[in-house]
Amino acid sequence: MATETLTLGKALNTGLRRALETDPKVIIMGEDVGKLGGVFRITDGLQKDFGDQRVIDTPLAESGIIGTAVGLAIRGYRPVCEIQFDGFVYPAYDQIVSQVAKMHYRSGGRLSIPMVIRIPFGGGIGAVEHHSESPEAYFAHTAGLKVVTCSNPQDAYVMIQQAIASDDPIVFLEPKRRYWEKGQVDLDAPLSDAYPLHSARVVRPGTDVTVLAYGPMVRTCLEAATAAAEDGRELEVIDLRSLSPLDLAAAYESVKRTGRAVVVHEAPSNIGLGAELAARITEECFYSLESPVLRVTGFDTPYPAARVEEEYLPDLDRVLDAVDRTFGW
Amino acid sequence: MAKGDPGGTTRSRRAAPRSKKGAAGDPELVQLLTPEGERIDSATGPDGTEYRVDFTDEEYRGLYRDLVLVRKLDAEATALQRQGELGLWASLLGQEAAQVGSGRALRAHDMAFPTYREHGVLYCRGIDPIMPLGLFRGVDQGGWDPNEFKFNMYTIVIGAQTLHATGYAMGITMDGKVGTDDGEAAIAYFGDGATSQGDVNEAFVWASVFNAPLVFFCQNNQYAISEPLERQTRVPLYQRAAGFGFPGVRVDGNDVLASYAVTRTALDNARHGQGPSLIEAYTYRMGAHTTSDDPTRYRIASEVESWQAKDPILRVRAFLEKQQIADATFFAEVDEQARRESVHLRERVLSMPNPEPVTMFDHVYPNGSPLLDEQRAQFNRYMESFEGSAH
Repeated sequence: MATETLTLGKALNTGLRRALETDPKVIIMGEDVGKLGGVFRITDGLQKDFGDQRVIDTPLAESGIIGTAVGLAIRGYRPVCEIQFDGFVYPAYDQIVSQVAKMHYRSGGRLSIPMVIRIPFGGGIGAVEHHSESPEAYFAHTAGLKVVTCSNPQDAYVMIQQAIASDDPIVFLEPKRRYWEKGQVDLDAPLSDAYPLHSARVVRPGTDVTVLAYGPMVRTCLEAATAAAEDGRELEVIDLRSLSPLDLAAAYESVKRTGRAVVVHEAPSNIGLGAELAARITEECFYSLESPVLRVTGFDTPYPAARVEEEYLPDLDRVLDAVDRTFGW
Repeated sequence: MAKGDPGGTTRSRRAAPRSKKGAAGDPELVQLLTPEGERIDSATGPDGTEYRVDFTDEEYRGLYRDLVLVRKLDAEATALQRQGELGLWASLLGQEAAQVGSGRALRAHDMAFPTYREHGVLYCRGIDPIMPLGLFRGVDQGGWDPNEFKFNMYTIVIGAQTLHATGYAMGITMDGKVGTDDGEAAIAYFGDGATSQGDVNEAFVWASVFNAPLVFFCQNNQYAISEPLERQTRVPLYQRAAGFGFPGVRVDGNDVLASYAVTRTALDNARHGQGPSLIEAYTYRMGAHTTSDDPTRYRIASEVESWQAKDPILRVRAFLEKQQIADATFFAEVDEQARRESVHLRERVLSMPNPEPVTMFDHVYPNGSPLLDEQRAQFNRYMESFEGSAH
């Protein structure tokens, strides 16, 4: 078994390479994805090895990237589109929401748009404005789209391949501040045996409070769990992985044991994923709850200047503060 | 045999050969059949391209038949809306020649990306004309198979389909299906209003830099709902192409022959690897934008009358009569066919069943979704709770 230590970014790169090797219909398109290998180097070396017909540097127009990818999908291709940063996806929003998401439905199932839209998302890298946003709720709210995010190199490697192999249009959110974090990746395990793309996973078992997170916040929550354990509290951390559809079976089972749930995301709280999670947990686990479901999120401001993002973003202390509050009810 | 291909049996008795650059009164307009039904042997586009058609009598009669049928079915759809059988209808009245001309210029393997008004092109693609009525009646969202007929779904978001067509055309190139006479091409339909959209301008950029085998077919019908062309542009639309690096031509969109000739040439250039081009089919929307619109609020009767004189069907009829290509029996037979088909269309629309409500959950995702499974099951339980009740 070839297990290698890879960064999350390199794991994505390796997964993309594998997808290009596996299916000649897979193409990668986006701004600077070719020669440069993407501004985060996620597509590094792919154009060199697969050619500029399969790894396409596009004009600088996000709606054009997604709109032409729709046509390529109708033609039988499987486009993997890179949107350079979260804050730049909005020019493509109409094509994503009105065209990509609805084409299968409108055509009565005759057309499929097997497209992956990769978006580096989230903050914590000291970037200027429009480079640190968390737009997942916009897409998770849209029928016809699926939304997933990875939190570690192994998942990154597997999930990107699963997303590309899926006939559903998938928004694939990459936790950009975790691109450089390393982990073990099993490069040989067959995709057919892999953990299902749209399933959540318990990443740390615990007995006292259930903590739900995804993408960049999973690591934050794992660190909070380590700290909480030192105080004698065992947090069960669940990596949701799929934001649409949500897989909450493990969460329900967990909350029924712990009686307490905390949801953590970088995106603002108002009408966000946390609200949906709180509603559904409350509906399913009402008689088991010892406290309301609490949310730890970014604030309902535009993403602030980088020098205050540490205070904006949920961190270990804010997660532990919420955990404490679930015991105060 | 495809229309316009050489090798027909009966050549028409053409008028004395004439050739001209553009049309009388409008040097920019490619025209092969005047409003009076005078045949122009060839016309020259702004880049020197010579346009001509070489139809057999049978083909001329076929085009006339197409135009009449398309208009009649459209009128029937408008009537059905007025009687409450359709929620809405976007009439193509006045634009028959642009649609039949370009639609008949397509080869079977060429792919078309329509707006929501391309009923004439749809007809030429061999799709059952009832299909768009299902969409406007609200029983489905367009019932044809885009790949079977090489005619994509109607697109209501203005201009979005031009990018789809561009991507599709890029795919043709990637598949190695350009550069020969058997090459494929795509055509993107849109209107004058759409030329202001970002997506259309992005499509121009993309098609140009990727040299996509694509024809941009803009039906300039002079109005975007109520807004006249002057609110969209200060230059003739076909001239926009130059700025993007590909040829543009303005054709008399009420002239089915010129619309055919210009589209056929543009498609052939595309399939041979010469890249995209823009056709501005200069025409006029004789009816309302849709049945929800009242055009008397924004345009004057004399303007409509001036376009009435340029009617796309009357000029073909005048030509057929003058050249003795068709006689009264033929015209009566076509009218009778149109009447029959419109009656048939009406009967079928009235008998279109409403979809089962639970089908709203179908085809959201190719691979399904547990959330939808759950909602579908809840919905079924809820609906079943009414059984045996007073409902």
